[in-house]
Amino acid sequence: MAYSHGDGHHPPQSFWTRYVWSQDHKVIAVQYTITAILIGLVGLVLSNLMRLQLGFPGRFAFIDAQHYYQFVTMHGMIMVIYLLTALFLGGFGNYLIPLMVGARDMVFPFLNMLSYWVYLVAVLVLVASFFVPGGPTGAGWTLYPPQAILPGTPGDGAGIILMLVSLLIFIVAATMGGLNYVTTVLQARTEGMTMFRLPLSVWGIFMATILALLAFPALFVSAVMMLLDKTLGTSFFMPAVISLGQTLGYKGGSPLLFQHLFWFFGHPEVYIVALPAFGIVSDLISTHARKNIFGYRMMVWAIIAIGVLSVVVWAHHMFVSGMNPYFGFFFATTTLIIAIPTALKVYNWVLTLWRGNIHLTVPMLFAIAFVSMFTIGGLTGLFLGNVSVDIPLSNTYFVVAHFHMVMGVAPILVVFGGLYHWFPKVTGRMLNDTLGKLHFWITFVGTYLIYFPMHYLGFLGMPRRYYAYDNYQFIPPSAQQLNVFITVVALIVGVAQLLFLFNLAWSAFKGRLAGPNPWGATTLEWQTPDTPPTHGNWGEAQPVVYRWAYEYSVPGATEDFVPQNLMPEGEGEGE
Amino acid sequence: MAMPLPLGRHEGGSTHPGRSATSPGKTGLWVFMAVVTMLFALLLFAYMMRMQLYDWHPLPLPWQLWLSTTLLAASSLALLVARLGVWRGRWGEVRVGMAVGGGFAIAFVACQGWAWQQLLEWDYGVAGNPANSFFYLFTALHGLHVLGGLIALGLTARRLRREGPAAGIAVQLCARYWHFLLAVWLVLFGTLGTLTPALARSICGGLLG
Repeated sequence: MAYSHGDGHHPPQSFWTRYVWSQDHKVIAVQYTITAILIGLVGLVLSNLMRLQLGFPGRFAFIDAQHYYQFVTMHGMIMVIYLLTALFLGGFGNYLIPLMVGARDMVFPFLNMLSYWVYLVAVLVLVASFFVPGGPTGAGWTLYPPQAILPGTPGDGAGIILMLVSLLIFIVAATMGGLNYVTTVLQARTEGMTMFRLPLSVWGIFMATILALLAFPALFVSAVMMLLDKTLGTSFFMPAVISLGQTLGYKGGSPLLFQHLFWFFGHPEVYIVALPAFGIVSDLISTHARKNIFGYRMMVWAIIAIGVLSVVVWAHHMFVSGMNPYFGFFFATTTLIIAIPTALKVYNWVLTLWRGNIHLTVPMLFAIAFVSMFTIGGLTGLFLGNVSVDIPLSNTYFVVAHFHMVMGVAPILVVFGGLYHWFPKVTGRMLNDTLGKLHFWITFVGTYLIYFPMHYLGFLGMPRRYYAYDNYQFIPPSAQQLNVFITVVALIVGVAQLLFLFNLAWSAFKGRLAGPNPWGATTLEWQTPDTPPTHGNWGEAQPVVYRWAYEYSVPGATEDFVPQNLMPEGEGEGE
Repeated sequence: MAMPLPLGRHEGGSTHPGRSATSPGKTGLWVFMAVVTMLFALLLFAYMMRMQLYDWHPLPLPWQLWLSTTLLAASSLALLVARLGVWRGRWGEVRVGMAVGGGFAIAFVACQGWAWQQLLEWDYGVAGNPANSFFYLFTALHGLHVLGGLIALGLTARRLRREGPAAGIAVQLCARYWHFLLAVWLVLFGTLGTLTPALARSICGGLLG
């Protein structure tokens, strides 16, 4: 093939170069996805262990307070960073960007391969922390100093050190991947693919990557400084402390400084997982409702606006931290302003569905479920964005319910929707529909049943982060019954994910053959000459793009969709 | 490991007609420099916030830092010569510029180590005071970026065996990164030397509260 000569990019020859040390973005995407799902399973099991303690306190002897905090911490860290960030950027980003922009691969394939292997090292270091003396850190996923590195916190020795090292390695991996994604979108678009013809999935991942590139340095800086506080005894964050009756060598450090740095990363992180979800869900809704996306340009500008705003809202996580009270007003205002572009997106999704030819396929079910879950979770964000409402609710289950719905479950629903949608392109086979619907209904109804009651628990004043709730006068006994209920549902939802895993494994080999474009989609990844796409993606010639990504149900067209690369009638012979 | 060229729609060319002026490497480097800028900007912000607290004692800057600044400037200048050599097609000048630039950069890192040694002799350990901690952190992170740059420089030097546009772009990217490293160092050095808590407060106002 013409493209494989003289450009340093030959099709791989052996098993090892094809599937293991691969520089092909599609293989790297699958590697990222499988690794993220595996470590995500660990996070899922940890959450069920937590729920066992909350539903049946003291019944399981091995879940003592120390372990409980370790489960909480590792669950949060794994889900937010090692699962969602890695899966959206490393998994979906890697697979979709080159195919959707019509490129043969990422612009720096070697760096791309390196990104995955470095990510794997980060995951392995994280897993290793489960096996060191003292276990993994139990400092909470925010790792606030001073407690994160002080004796008395679970895993204050090797656990916290490995956690910080793993984060530093992860950031290196994310940066290597991110450089690729941004540069590929900017430089490797095929002929005719203007920025305003990009599918919204690419826009979401692109903006999320820019956020990741700019926000992860804040986590990097705080992790390095905390590591030095822990290992060399510096006092970046550590104030003078007397711990367990002993005066430690620290003096004068500022825990608040850590919080600023952490949340300068932490809030954009919410959008690092939300923006790809926004983009992907737009494409799912448009494709499965056979209707063009409502307000494409508005959607793009909303993604950009959300990205920009997300870096000036971080201190709304710190209303109760004792920072300068005048800050609260500024950050509450910016936080509430984010609701405008976000609500705009929700309206546009609903208006896309309005009078569409809605196909209730499994990806579509997950997409609609996302809109519902995200809207409810986002609305409680408006409550919490106000300082005066946040202060009483901040340490209760209301916040747990809010962030799980808006940035936990909602993006995960999109992950599922996306996997059901693109699995036929990745493997050439369809996922089983019945299993998929079963998985959907259990997950969707189950997660609502888990998180909706938590709002109520929060109003009751049930504090989050607590290991046990004995002898609190203000918590009525009915709260415990609700906790039992939540735990039972959580276990069911947890086990139901096995359906999905089985479906993935079984359908990859035994599923119904999909054909090149089973959903009748317009975007370029469905127009590849081979399914699954082979090395170089496009065979002899790259596609040429003539229109945007949303030509569905066009009056007068022979089919109800017009692919982006279909040459308009009456156009010259061209290439 | 050579950086692969863009996979072109047209043989060896750009993927996008009208877009051929920019190579992916250039865009990639700009994005990378934005990331590094963010890293050091956040460090500087943390520095300004931390220096407001009561236990801050500035440390004396050893004279070696002036020497290392000169070395890094010389290194940057040498790479400018190499870059101009590419422009004029004089590959001999390119090689000399790259070699001299690399040598000065290694000398810079060594000189920074010398400054560390001097401070340790004066008993300014890394954990002695937050001002010391920040000094070591700044210089170490910047030094690591120089060392990373030296790896890229070494790979580029290897590519010079085949003179041509690809090698030319690589040299250009090295030179650009070197100027960037110099700029970062000048900002860090200037901050270490001149920024006082009062000045930081007057720049940032209540933000540091």
